[in-house]
Amino acid sequence: MDNLLEAATAHDSSGLLFDGLAIHQDDGGTYSLETPDSSHEDLSRTDLEAALYEVPALVTNWHFWEHVVAGQGTPRRAFLRWCEGASLEPESDDESDAGTGPDPDDDHGTPVAERYRALETGVTRHWGELELTARLAPDVEGHGQGRRVYDVRHVEDADVPAHELEGHDHPHEAREIVTTDEKDRYRPLKTAPTLVTGWHFEGLSGDDFVETVRTIYPATIANWYREQRGELDVDHWLETAERQTGIYDIVDELPREAVEWVAEACCVDSQCVKRREWQYEDGDELAVDGGDGVFPCREPCSLVTAAARRWTVLESEDEKRWHLELTTSEMNQLVEIVDAVAEGRTDEIREADVYDGANRYRARYLRAKRMGDGSLGHEVEGDAGHDDHDSESGHDDHDSESDHDGHDSERDHDSDDDH
Amino acid sequence: MQALVIVAHGSHLSPGSAQPTYDHADTIRETGAFDEVREGFWKEEPSFREVIRTVESDEVYVVPLFISEGYFTEQVIPRELRLEDWDPDRWDSDGTSASQATLDVGDAAKTVHYCGPVGTHDAMTDVIVQRAESVTGDPDVGEGVALVVVGHGTERNENSARAIEYHTQRVRDLDRFDEVQALYMDEEPEIDDVTDHVDADDVVVVPLFISDGFHTQEDIPEDMGLTDDYRTGWDVPGEVDGQRIWYAGAVGTEEFMADVLLERAADAGADIGDALDQVAEWTGGAPATGAGD
Repeated sequence: MDNLLEAATAHDSSGLLFDGLAIHQDDGGTYSLETPDSSHEDLSRTDLEAALYEVPALVTNWHFWEHVVAGQGTPRRAFLRWCEGASLEPESDDESDAGTGPDPDDDHGTPVAERYRALETGVTRHWGELELTARLAPDVEGHGQGRRVYDVRHVEDADVPAHELEGHDHPHEAREIVTTDEKDRYRPLKTAPTLVTGWHFEGLSGDDFVETVRTIYPATIANWYREQRGELDVDHWLETAERQTGIYDIVDELPREAVEWVAEACCVDSQCVKRREWQYEDGDELAVDGGDGVFPCREPCSLVTAAARRWTVLESEDEKRWHLELTTSEMNQLVEIVDAVAEGRTDEIREADVYDGANRYRARYLRAKRMGDGSLGHEVEGDAGHDDHDSESGHDDHDSESDHDGHDSERDHDSDDDH
Repeated sequence: MQALVIVAHGSHLSPGSAQPTYDHADTIRETGAFDEVREGFWKEEPSFREVIRTVESDEVYVVPLFISEGYFTEQVIPRELRLEDWDPDRWDSDGTSASQATLDVGDAAKTVHYCGPVGTHDAMTDVIVQRAESVTGDPDVGEGVALVVVGHGTERNENSARAIEYHTQRVRDLDRFDEVQALYMDEEPEIDDVTDHVDADDVVVVPLFISDGFHTQEDIPEDMGLTDDYRTGWDVPGEVDGQRIWYAGAVGTEEFMADVLLERAADAGADIGDALDQVAEWTGGAPATGAGD
């Protein structure tokens, strides 16, 4: 309260306007107070203080945002406000506007009274695979009024009682959660929809909450914030590809149509919870759906670039005609196998489900029958119009490098040039 | 407000690659020297490209957790961070003497102090000695002992070997170990022949790599003859040709590395208070070279 009075009555202040609370300093040294439900004029400082005691939510709300969260104009603050349905920015007009008569009826998101009611039980938002809840902290003998605390858990654990989840309280404990998927495989892409379940963070401070989200989905808050302000700096495929050097120098040679396949392979919702905003280039959109994610993807990530490098090498090969003999069912089985691998469902195929073409026994049978020499078929001889000696045309050098950087360095990053 | 951003390689395939980065970042967070400490990666997230926008501070000290000056520190990192008007000459380096450059970035209203990599800072010599102490468990290790510093080799970057030579000479100048030798994986003199190059009964081998992986945990132990199959592990010390080889993992995993990161930032003007003393106390590290100057 003291802070608020000080801020509103300081000599260099003409008042304040925040989340529906408006205090105006009149020329005659009196004050006017306007709230969504009331309006007072000609108040002495003592009267003003008394009137403010009647609107505790507005006062504690102001204190929380101005003195606990602070960070005006930061992604952190905007994200915390979004989490409870408050307007992002501006929450108040600047001083000159405040002097000409603040209007508490401006769009301030959900009004404070309504927000507080919702925060009593918790306001829930989804962020990728996260369920985020903002709550009012328990009021301890009049202290901590208006303070918010935050909970984080997996969306799939929404209805799981807290005691059945593994509790965490330090943001960096999330590093372990994000490192591997449920099959204990390393997750090189933090925004892959493979976040494990069974854990929760409860009662985090705003700072720890933001740090937790940042650990699970790095840089997503910063980019979301830029997008909210209409300032997202998207780097499209071609820009990103053209700035690459070293072994990635070649990725800008990937054909336009192949970039569609890259996006379809890597960037759809089933593979990444970011919403792809980058296109082939400015004015040339990819046909593939960018997805419905809350937060944007502003440029092809390192995983896409590394995979695209491999595809650039592969796409430099010429097509050939092949002769292979398969029954209709065997041809269909190949499709089923590719589908099963592409959808990551090979582990789900039951051992004895020989009706599934991607079943291991079915695949082994096909290999025994059709791949005696290690190949499914052979190249058609003397097929004019198809170059039959140019298997890795133009990119042999790059391919050999992949063992150095793309592969070796991945096993131990020290093998890269200068580390 | 001032922030420290540690930039490292990271990996698409190995979950442990980023661990030293997180460990050293946590140590520095604990000192409270910076308002914010962040990690950025080439192969993980946040990417070099997007790490600067995640800090609120206006002054940002960027320290590459890389061993040598070259392609990554001079081209890739500055490009991805959008360092404006960057030129390797700004470091005024002979290959091992990079300092720092103060630059604007293209995607945020911040001042970035782009520091030389940890690997070529003088304090790295202290970490190598510290590594010898921790692997032998002897704080006075030196007499009757040979120290071998292992590097990757020149390949496409001569500065890679230059950093190894630089620290090898500095350790030699301490006159603490009976012998000090630089050996390489990919060039002469090779680590394969380690026992041909040093005579002492006890040989401490310190790989100048940032994190443990294929080279430090598979190649080098096998190349030295410490084990036939890395999967079965090796003894520390292990015996090769009658000499005892004390081999642990990458020097970058040594806790005292946090000191080098801090010194890089301090050299660039960061106010780090008594953080160096705190780190020395926590990690048992000490400036063996009497450096810190």
